[in-house]
Amino acid sequence: MTQLPESTERKLGLVIDLDTCVGCHACVIACKGWNTEHYGAPLSDQDPYGAEPSGTFLNRIHSYEVQPETGPAQLVHFPKSCLHCEDAPCVTVCPTGASYKRTEDGIVLVNETDCIGCGLCAWACPYGAREMDRAEGVMKKCTLCVDRIYNENLPEIDRTPACVRTCPAGARHFGDLGDPRSDVSRLVAERGGMDLMPEQGTKPVNKYLPPRPKDRLDQETDILAPLLAPVAEDAKGFLGWLDRTLERLPGPANRPSEPRRDKRGER
Amino acid sequence: MHPAPSIIAFSTFSGLGLGLLFWLGIDPDPPTGWVAFTFFVIAYVLAVGGLVSSTFHLGRPERAIKAFTQWRSSWLSREAWASVAALVVMALYGLGLVFFDANWTILGWLGAALAMLTVLTTSMIYTQMKTVPRWNMWLTPVLFIALSLAGGALLSGRVTIAIWLLALAGAVQLGWWVVGDTRLVQSGTTMETATGLGPMGTVRSFEPPHTGTNYLLDEMVHVVGRRHAQKLRLIAFGLMIVLPILLLLLPFPHIFGILALLSHAAGVLASRWLFFAEAEHVVGLYYGMR
Ligand code: SF4
Ligand code: SF4
Ligand code: SF4
Repeated sequence: MTQLPESTERKLGLVIDLDTCVGCHACVIACKGWNTEHYGAPLSDQDPYGAEPSGTFLNRIHSYEVQPETGPAQLVHFPKSCLHCEDAPCVTVCPTGASYKRTEDGIVLVNETDCIGCGLCAWACPYGAREMDRAEGVMKKCTLCVDRIYNENLPEIDRTPACVRTCPAGARHFGDLGDPRSDVSRLVAERGGMDLMPEQGTKPVNKYLPPRPKDRLDQETDILAPLLAPVAEDAKGFLGWLDRTLERLPGPANRPSEPRRDKRGER
Repeated sequence: MHPAPSIIAFSTFSGLGLGLLFWLGIDPDPPTGWVAFTFFVIAYVLAVGGLVSSTFHLGRPERAIKAFTQWRSSWLSREAWASVAALVVMALYGLGLVFFDANWTILGWLGAALAMLTVLTTSMIYTQMKTVPRWNMWLTPVLFIALSLAGGALLSGRVTIAIWLLALAGAVQLGWWVVGDTRLVQSGTTMETATGLGPMGTVRSFEPPHTGTNYLLDEMVHVVGRRHAQKLRLIAFGLMIVLPILLLLLPFPHIFGILALLSHAAGVLASRWLFFAEAEHVVGLYYGMR
């Protein structure tokens, strides 16, 4: 049924922390790995080792440069997967009933055996969260890892979406955003979680936590520098004698900052 | 949006065919016998040919029948029903005219209404897309219906009506272009709202998620060809509206009518190409494109 449910019992979704995401793409790979083997058809690649590789992914990471009025620009890594919208326009346009939103938990899914691959749902989604699989001819999208989160065969710790489980920075959180007492809801309240493209009226369930202001950026740029300095500037003993002797010999000292020339370069 | 040839051909030819069916349906003194047969064959070749070509862009055409199930919410499903209903009703009406010399007026009117309903449902598939602000306005269905009526009048040899309807469709087309050019800005969707990073500063795409292309870019971020959009608009408008009107104003309109028709059809094809190629999908903003 492609009519949307009036309301859903729970609103399962993700909270994505733009402050902590380091843009490593680990969740992209974990997502592809899990979902190519489980729910529905595999996620195909076209020309994967050739000149023009492309493929189906359910989760992608953009990177943006944000330039404030004053001060240095900031780099923000931006994961994007289906936001499991409450008013999902992708569901109502579907002519076959393949796209639907579950009443029990609000997950938006595609029943691939009903999908005719018309692509209308991908047109209707403002976020680019749906991709047609070019080998299978059906629409693919994030399933919120519906086959993990309820999966009794997995150890309890693994009953979260693959992207959440794998994120080394802890930038992705999974939970019930319909319950104001849940961890994710409290996180959204504390950190001012936001909707993407609110003017599109999709009422996304997934929320994004804005990056914290970088108020000490000028002090932080050389945060690693002390760790990279040479441990001993003045060598003592035999090494010290060697250093001083070599210094006295004619010829240029080999400063590390100078680019090394190879043999061909010298000729 | 990617201008897929199958969809462009579908909406152009089925629009023409359904327009012809409309005029046949409401004709108080319709042709009968062989003349009627010829008209109906032309209308059905265009309308059915167009509908069949629209299945070419499906990933799974063998399941197309399932598209009839969701008429409560989906305009594509409604289009499927409206087109089948229009074609069946008009086939019965045509049967009467061709074989029994009988004008079943009510059937004709019903079929004519269904034919226009089909054009409306087609246009609503595009109009409903909030994600494509250029399409998302009431002028879009007006444009589709005006062009279908004008083309149908031209096809059915109604010279005076065709001239007036062409002028009307031309006015709507110009309005659609002028207003359409402002729609993306009016929609209020920007890179800042797309990323939610607006309050921090100006947002620039630093690195896309993938080095190659993908389905989203191929399907929704078609920027090639927009460079020549203004020239193409002139060509489309000349072929679709100006030339046919001039040809119809010449003496012997029925001889020049064929030329007018060919020119009009070519013009509508060009206009439909622009309809897709110029349309900006908001997902492009995530890539810093439009
Ligand atoms: S993010 Fe897109 S695909 Fe997911 S529910 Fe919202 S509109 Fe549908
Ligand atoms: S591509 Fe499939 S899921 Fe999407 S609207 Fe068409 S039939 Fe429905
Ligand atoms: S919830 Fe699952 S399907 Fe969705 S982005 Fe994460 S890993 Fe991919």
